[in-house]
Amino acid sequence: MNTKEVLSLFQSDIVAINLGLPGFAENLVGFGADVVNVDWQPPAGGNLAALKALERLEKSARVDIEAANAEAVRRILAAEPMVIGIGKALDTVPGMAKDLVLHSGPPISWDKMCGPMKGAVIGGLIYEGLAANAKEAEELAASEKIRFDPCHHHNAVGPMAGVMTASMPVWIVENKAFGNMAYCTLNEGLGKVLRYGAYSDEVIERLKWIEKELAPILSKALELHGPMDMKSIIAQILQMGDEGHNRNRAGTSIIIRELAPHLVMLDYPKEKLSRALAFLNANDHFFLNLSMPSAKCSVDAAAGIEGSTIITTMARNGVEFGIKLSGLSGQWFTGPSGVVDGLYLPGFGPKDAARDIGDSVITETAGFGGFAMAAAPAIVKFVGGSPEDAIAVTENMYAITNAESEAYRIPVLDFRGTPSGIDVRKVVETGILPAINTGIAHKEPGIGMVGAGLVKPPENAFRDALIAFAEKYV
Amino acid sequence: MTKKPLSLSFIELSKGHYAEMKKMSIKRGSYYDSVFLMLASRELKGLDGIADAIVAMATPMNVELLAGLGYSAGELEGLGSNDLVVAVDASNEEKADAAINAAYSALAEKKTSSSKSGQAKAPSLAAAIKLEPDANLAIVSVPGIYAAREARKALDAGLHTMVFSDNVSIEDEIELKRYALSKGLLLMGPDCGTAFINGKPLCFANDVRRGPIGIVAASGTGLQEICCLADRYGQGISQAIGTGGRDLKNPAIGGMTSLLALEALAKDPETKVIVVIAKPPAEETAAKVVAALRASGKPGVVHFLGAKAGQDEKRLAFAANLEETALLAVLFASGSPDSAAARKLAGSADTNSRYGRTEKSDLARLAAMEAAKLGEEQHWLRGLFTGGTLADEALFLAHEVLGGVSSNNQTDPAWIVKDPLKSEGHCILDLGDDFFTSGKPHPMIDPAARAERIEAEGDDPECAVLLIDCVIGYGSHDDPAGACVPVIRRAKAKAAKRGGSLPVIASVTGTDSDPQKRSAQIDALEGAGAIVMPSNYHAALLAIEIARLARQGGNR
Repeated sequence: MNTKEVLSLFQSDIVAINLGLPGFAENLVGFGADVVNVDWQPPAGGNLAALKALERLEKSARVDIEAANAEAVRRILAAEPMVIGIGKALDTVPGMAKDLVLHSGPPISWDKMCGPMKGAVIGGLIYEGLAANAKEAEELAASEKIRFDPCHHHNAVGPMAGVMTASMPVWIVENKAFGNMAYCTLNEGLGKVLRYGAYSDEVIERLKWIEKELAPILSKALELHGPMDMKSIIAQILQMGDEGHNRNRAGTSIIIRELAPHLVMLDYPKEKLSRALAFLNANDHFFLNLSMPSAKCSVDAAAGIEGSTIITTMARNGVEFGIKLSGLSGQWFTGPSGVVDGLYLPGFGPKDAARDIGDSVITETAGFGGFAMAAAPAIVKFVGGSPEDAIAVTENMYAITNAESEAYRIPVLDFRGTPSGIDVRKVVETGILPAINTGIAHKEPGIGMVGAGLVKPPENAFRDALIAFAEKYV
Repeated sequence: MTKKPLSLSFIELSKGHYAEMKKMSIKRGSYYDSVFLMLASRELKGLDGIADAIVAMATPMNVELLAGLGYSAGELEGLGSNDLVVAVDASNEEKADAAINAAYSALAEKKTSSSKSGQAKAPSLAAAIKLEPDANLAIVSVPGIYAAREARKALDAGLHTMVFSDNVSIEDEIELKRYALSKGLLLMGPDCGTAFINGKPLCFANDVRRGPIGIVAASGTGLQEICCLADRYGQGISQAIGTGGRDLKNPAIGGMTSLLALEALAKDPETKVIVVIAKPPAEETAAKVVAALRASGKPGVVHFLGAKAGQDEKRLAFAANLEETALLAVLFASGSPDSAAARKLAGSADTNSRYGRTEKSDLARLAAMEAAKLGEEQHWLRGLFTGGTLADEALFLAHEVLGGVSSNNQTDPAWIVKDPLKSEGHCILDLGDDFFTSGKPHPMIDPAARAERIEAEGDDPECAVLLIDCVIGYGSHDDPAGACVPVIRRAKAKAAKRGGSLPVIASVTGTDSDPQKRSAQIDALEGAGAIVMPSNYHAALLAIEIARLARQGGNR
């Protein structure tokens, strides 16, 4: 028998890991041993089907999961998102059509959509001139003449309701390292806006102004500027108090700085240029619609790797929260959208809140947003917490991810890279769910944002994904 | 030793006066170990205006039980084993709320109390390994159904692993041990309560000095008894490796851990003597163990509990009881060249006085003195043990001498105790057995159940002598002797009132360096009128002799 290891134990100081009764750790510490006490929880929350899937994968997976995950994570970290232009959705987004309305989250039919999404669809149809008013739009939406599809099925992402229609201008973001693209509409600002389900005249007018005036100005300024390196900008904003999902103040400022010198050179009346800059300045979340497609094209590069348990999509449609795994291409695993635990704007409360909605959780999927909460102490007030809480949120995420970002680093954690590459096995095993920052929409269409906070995704989506993965790969 | 406190299905109920309202509070997704739940339950029961209190995880079994007790089935619907339920039966709403708050604060306290210096915290085993890449040992005391997987991951990470948890299947044990062996790692357990590695007591263990005696043990309290006796005899322990009760007993496991440990002890330069204690192994395995001891080139002492001791070999002694095991090991360690020399020394009066062992004549005299005080109807020996191996040692001795002792640990089916809750005739009980610990903490952690039973035996006019153990050290209750003192006093007083006497014979397994301090425990027991013997073996001998005399009508 090989006794080398045992003899070496006999000659070493005990450095123990204690799982279970904490008293055993305390005794050892009393004897001067180093002990790490695991805050042990039943794996998979005690769910036996999920536990069995974990064990089957550990014992008899047909593929090298670790190697597949290493490749997936390598691709996420190697991504180089660059903003290369603005185009019209119809001409730019793959599969886009005049009778097609894209929405956030996993697939959903009109009759099942939540209030804000219905409102946004109504607004989108009016904006496209396919309906004259809400009533007509609802009838059209319910008819066979309009098709619905998730943004995610078209290399796109959309915040909140995520509605994208054919005429809308979209950001074009290219992942230079892998050549894949991602698309997202331009952020419309706060208050009554389409993405929160508002469709009044002022909403439609603003969308038209974005299409006719703002997008062309930004597009031309960007042309003068050249491709914008989002990896470097996201790295910067994390050191300026943003996390790229719920706080985008620094990001928006950087975009203004980058574009302003070129913008003023354009052959447009001063008033129009000023209005464009004022619009950006008034909208802290303008950057969100850039951070999202940057995240999207980063994780998309890691999709479709045989045998990988890395999560490449998380998204919600206001009714369901869905995820996709790299190794299970094309399959959504869903659970009910959660209720956001957050702070409300004056006059609103939890009774007004719609359920969790939007594709913006792509930022967490790519390793920032809620995962970089420690970088954004200013918004811990949204979740009623302290900076320590924000640090704890990020530190927890290291337990469910496989890598630390090389580019995205957090000053307060001594410039540790953000937790990146969510491994569904770890989520199920630890029961630690991805930390997601998000805005809260009013549950009725047309009212808009009522608050912001943290939301818990449904645990069953992760368990179901793992079980399906085990079915395929054992 | 059976460690039921880890059961996830823990429920504690207390029956009290009639109360007015049943109220529940539910906290989803917050798992607590049953030990914490038990402590919280106990705290609640003591509160004013609370008749019943249940603090438990919402396992299907517990949900059913709660619904059966009249708690709202609607509220319980959809809960799982990771959801906490605090249910109280209180005299009014205010009291109910106060109790619920008390439960949460008690649980919160326990959750954070482990954050001490020298001790880091991690959310998972993987994170812990990342945090402490130099880790070399994992201790697993999670509920049995999860233990095998955690142990496998620990082995994966190259850690020697001690599995305290029980309820691990034989198949898992075999697989784990094969895997451990293939990596040259020690897999102690499952159901391993005690080990002593590099001077560090693991789980339930005592603060004993380091020395030349290496031990491989398939028994928790047996190992503790030997370590403590060796310490008292002036020698020390190099390494003490627990194997789990099935390692040698089950032929399919075939002593995988024991044999690896034996070979390592054979090569370990600090180890001069090797001791093996276990229940009688499968024949083939026993032969391998003996062969390994012979091959070690070091003197060895073997004790197979409840089996007839084998024939001594030149440097391999077969001991008949735990005390003799410790003594022979110490004599080897102190220079006895062979078994014959060690035996000769062990039998001498000199050795007895040097090591504080009881002389046979003293024991007989003491027994006669106690027996003479007994009343006419007092006939039976009653043994109430918290340590399983200590119970076994007393049982095997008593069964032979007294011609039949009923017990829950009996190997003779004819003598398995009929009603574990009521003693008849001579009876020795292992109170750490599943039957007694289902839904309750092990009596080494919480001696309350044993105290109750002492009280019950004291009420039985036919009880002639009480035999108890008192196991201290790390993991054990803060003051096991203290928990017995009031009930011993009451039992003795009642016997005196009936015109008889109730001798209480005890031994304390532990050392003066243990947190509870052996001498202080002895003082407490003696203060209550108990006779404290230097070992479990001698405590059993004395109690058995008193019982034997009692059956003969004492010396009256």
